[in-house]
Amino acid sequence: MKAAKFNYILAESIDQVVEALDKGDGEAIVIAGGQTLMPMLSMRLARPETVIDINKIAELSGIDVAANEIVIKACTRQAEALAAAEVRTRLPLLAKAIAYVGHQQTRNRGTLGGSLSHGDPASEIPLAALAMDAHVCLRSAAGTRQVAMADYFLGPMMTARTDNEVLLSVHFPIPLAGARVGTAFHEVSERRGDFAVVAAAALIHLDANGICTHAALAIGGADSVPLRMTVVEDALRGGKPEPDGIEAALGGIEAALTPGNDQHASAAYRRRVARVLAERALKDAVAEAQK
Amino acid sequence: MNMERNLHYVATKRRVREDKRFVTGQGKYVQDVCLPDTKHAAVLPSPYPRARIVSIDTAVAETLDGVHMVLTGAQLAEDCNPIRLGLKLPKVQWYALAVGMTRYVGEWVAIVVADNAYIAEDALDLIEVDYEPLDPIVDPEQAFEETELLVHPGHGSNVLYHGNFLWGDVDNDFTGADDHLSFRARWGRSSTVPIETFGALARWDEGTEILDIWASIQMPNFVELMAATLGYPLNCIRLHQDVDVGGSYGVKRGIKQSVLVGYLSRKLRVPVRFIEDRLANMAGSDAHGPDRIFDTDVAFDKDGVIKSIKIRALDDAGAYPGRAPFQLAKPISAIVGPYKINSVKYEAISVCTNKSGQVPVRGFGQAPTNYMIETAVDNVARHLGLDRLEVRRRNLIQPDEFPYQIPPGSKYDSGDYPVVLQKGLDLADYDSLLARRDKARSEGRLAGIGIATVLEPGGGNNIFEYLMDPSAEITTFMEGCEVRVDPQGNITGIMGTTTSGQGHETMMATILGEELQFDPDDIRIVHSDSLNALPTRSPIASRMAIMLGSAAAGAAGKIKNRAMAIAAHNLERPVEALEYAGGDISDRNDPRHKLTWAEICFIAYRAYHRLPEGMEPGFQAQYIMQVPGGGQLPDQNNRVQVYPCFSFQAHVPYVEIDPGTGRVSVLDYAIAHDCGTVINPDIVRGMVIGGLAHGIGAALYEKFAYDDDGQFLSATFADYLMPSVHEIPDVKDVEHCTPSPLTSHGQKGSGEGGYLGAPAAIASAVNDALHPLGLNINELPMRMNKIEALINDGQK
Amino acid sequence: MSEAMLKREISLTINGKTHALAVEPRLSLSDMLRDELRLNGTHIGCEHGVCGACSILLDGVPIRSCLMLAVQADGHNITTVEGMCNEDQTPGILQEAFQEAHGMQCGYCTPGMLISAQALLTENNDPCLEEIKEAIGGNLCRCTGYTQIIESIQLAACRMREAD
Repeated sequence: MKAAKFNYILAESIDQVVEALDKGDGEAIVIAGGQTLMPMLSMRLARPETVIDINKIAELSGIDVAANEIVIKACTRQAEALAAAEVRTRLPLLAKAIAYVGHQQTRNRGTLGGSLSHGDPASEIPLAALAMDAHVCLRSAAGTRQVAMADYFLGPMMTARTDNEVLLSVHFPIPLAGARVGTAFHEVSERRGDFAVVAAAALIHLDANGICTHAALAIGGADSVPLRMTVVEDALRGGKPEPDGIEAALGGIEAALTPGNDQHASAAYRRRVARVLAERALKDAVAEAQK
Repeated sequence: MNMERNLHYVATKRRVREDKRFVTGQGKYVQDVCLPDTKHAAVLPSPYPRARIVSIDTAVAETLDGVHMVLTGAQLAEDCNPIRLGLKLPKVQWYALAVGMTRYVGEWVAIVVADNAYIAEDALDLIEVDYEPLDPIVDPEQAFEETELLVHPGHGSNVLYHGNFLWGDVDNDFTGADDHLSFRARWGRSSTVPIETFGALARWDEGTEILDIWASIQMPNFVELMAATLGYPLNCIRLHQDVDVGGSYGVKRGIKQSVLVGYLSRKLRVPVRFIEDRLANMAGSDAHGPDRIFDTDVAFDKDGVIKSIKIRALDDAGAYPGRAPFQLAKPISAIVGPYKINSVKYEAISVCTNKSGQVPVRGFGQAPTNYMIETAVDNVARHLGLDRLEVRRRNLIQPDEFPYQIPPGSKYDSGDYPVVLQKGLDLADYDSLLARRDKARSEGRLAGIGIATVLEPGGGNNIFEYLMDPSAEITTFMEGCEVRVDPQGNITGIMGTTTSGQGHETMMATILGEELQFDPDDIRIVHSDSLNALPTRSPIASRMAIMLGSAAAGAAGKIKNRAMAIAAHNLERPVEALEYAGGDISDRNDPRHKLTWAEICFIAYRAYHRLPEGMEPGFQAQYIMQVPGGGQLPDQNNRVQVYPCFSFQAHVPYVEIDPGTGRVSVLDYAIAHDCGTVINPDIVRGMVIGGLAHGIGAALYEKFAYDDDGQFLSATFADYLMPSVHEIPDVKDVEHCTPSPLTSHGQKGSGEGGYLGAPAAIASAVNDALHPLGLNINELPMRMNKIEALINDGQK
Repeated sequence: MSEAMLKREISLTINGKTHALAVEPRLSLSDMLRDELRLNGTHIGCEHGVCGACSILLDGVPIRSCLMLAVQADGHNITTVEGMCNEDQTPGILQEAFQEAHGMQCGYCTPGMLISAQALLTENNDPCLEEIKEAIGGNLCRCTGYTQIIESIQLAACRMREAD
């Protein structure tokens, strides 16, 4: 399993990256942590003409805390994000999600940008980012644009990022002061560290009276893209979340999903388990917020 | 064998000497062997489950810079024979590369030799193959009935073997019994999948006309099969057996891989190396394991005593069966498990389908068979509303009944099954487990305890081959060992086969040290190559402690006898009057009258005038051990001793199942194991727990899956799931020892037992957990989606 | 062939020694270590990032060397199993502990296990069972069932604490 030949560019600046992507005309690809790309190169499933290495671009790495958002640069290692105090305390759902990603070796190299660029509907970081209403910053030779997570995932392994764009950063909004925040991430896989068969990410904000001011429920692995369950969220918002209410709110969730079949799980399994995990995630998130 | 003796080294904790090279990265695996000028091979897989090869165009690939040769099956078949199979099936032809037809997705169609593996794969991209896809036959039950869609058209059917065995009066036992039940149990297609793939390096030496082979190999007759395939005399090939093998557990048989590099090396006059990459290995190595459907009827009395059992086993051997069908016959060695079942009817069927070929896997068919037997016992208990432990206790062979002869003729050498079972239950703290289970159930969780009491036949004996093919009168199953004492008095032991993690060097040194009264750490063990090796049957069949251990003891005995004879001659005393102590030999009545080991060595090598009359000079001995109980053909009732020694284990796992996801968690595991005398405690414990982990994989996660169209779905480790540390519980183990009367120190086999019991035990636990819901699952692996669908039946 | 496909000069430190070599961009780090530098202790098991046999330390943290290009290692610091011995080439505490507790059988996964364990114990010489499992969760073993590997790491941790 040896990669086919390719040109290699060790980019020194973001400008160099987008220029090479542009020139590459769809045959150039960016490599960051390589945890997803390298197996594809080795199996010759990916045969790019050019590989652009972005690991040495300083501006593409790091975590910035601003007033209302935390910005994680694309090439930030998953391990670094997981260990960062600001992520653990201000973006707990992201931290919980990253803990499920692969194993320590993969998190030491894998990046947030890489995971988001790949767009696997069963992967954890995209799911958390979707639940957290994050947005990404994409850059091409033509300029920069933001894309909200809600608009970013188009299909399995297909995102809004075009071939001549590079993902620069992902922006996570920070909850408003006074909100009691609860989060939960649940996934099922045969073995720990595997890609999720199905996953659920929940984020709840309660006000001082215990009323739900914000609810986010995202399901992964049960459709062609990770999905926000807006019907469920709408049902929860504005009320005091109770277990019965949560179960009722989840009533239509199975019908909202169109999962695929494969040797690991049937569509029916994914649908039913999505509901099970959604319920557990919501209940846990609510319990945490109510503490 | 003296069971009362005081052991100094055997059964004592001692470092496994092989570990030293492994922890420093100094292991010598086949990929580490470096010969100058070596070229590298890569193989082209077929994308179709069944297709005619219309044409292969290698012209462009051949011109790529760095490519030395591109070979197709048609070219190879001009010079090489098909690889010999276990059964005589002349129209089932297995070549190292597909010839005329490809018969499974991933079958190798061409091979490229290039300066390095990268270039070789570049060349693969340039080979053009024109296929005519055909409909495949995928389902084994369909394959059995099928008359048109034949994997090997010349063979006339897809049935490789269909045999019926009857021992005892089964019909009478069934009519006389109070009750009977039937069930189907299915063992999924999994395998041992070592972390190291198969690899081979060959170098043809034109000067000596010897083909040197280094390979990651674990099998008997490897060189014979290579020679027969290449058409060379057997002593033209020298297999280097000091290569460290990175795990095998049965499957590293790589004949086609080795034939390819051997052939190519001779053609190109340079060393050629082929290391399977994981894709080539998973689909195309012909290393899948048993894939078996059991239909079983059990006759029993109302107290749960099982009288008789009828078994129909249908096994899917894939497109190229090799020796796989024999995996149906070896379990005859212990087909009633540890129970006093009176009669057995056994129908064994091996079919071929358009899937990767099957290979001998750890236990050689005993793991699926034990799974079926334990399922039968649990089913009887459930049917009668009796406790599973109680039913076992009523059926287990009792300690005073050994040697116990089972209906097919094998005598179990020794054992104390009730005591070991109780040890397992005590270790598990069974009452606490029951309380834990019941508490979990009261909290709405699914929880279950598994029980499995199983046998591990050990020692090997190919007589099962004769049972399936009466033209194969093979009754020899031996292992040779040579011991040399050098002129300085240092001891070297020589073993004639390979090692894949079992610690043979340590085991052998321990036994030699024990017998010759020298510190095992001072004894060197080497592996001979195939040209200078004594006869061997290789480390299969859980046999090396039994056979190599006993052979080593035998050779040590001869060394001691030689030393005693030299001493008797020089001390002018009869042998009976002499005392051997750590190599020095003295007159019992006058201890100052003695010869030291150094003096004995000097006489042996240098002072011919002081040797007894007729004794050859030097100080060495060979011993070839024939398998105990072997050496005869079956009697007129088709009864015969298969393997000689029988280890026993009691497995007690505790599982919980998440009803929402179907995921099984193995939370606790206690195992009591009896493999007779334990030569090295760390080695045995490692084998037991390692085998158990393997078994958990087979029970819950592992399957080589094919869809209905024959497409291969388990091509990588992302789809074939093997347990990590997270999936294996903290295992508690306890030992018991009922020595074998048949071996040098009472040792039995221990390399397989964990794997032979864990799948049955986990299945027992899962079914116990599902019992309150009135559900049952009789198919492995018990994946989450299967269990969840079962629980949520009707919501498919 | 374009210029960018040709070999690139890289320089890196491996087990304390500086190496300068020219590598094709597509050469994996695992192949570089084994085939170019004959450091055979790092093993290849799957080449798609699951088994962990190829694990090495990159600037002190464990990574899968099959998932990194050799060119990406330029300027970095690598430790392989060969570099885990003491200065006088005798086995270090961890390697001794693995022998003492027989934390292996065929030895193929062992270098990767040692690397993962080393990284853990360097950061935390008193890990709990869960932390040990997390450290080796990405290293598959088919021989041992992991129990004696865990015991080896616990023994090494104990000895490291004593040595401190």
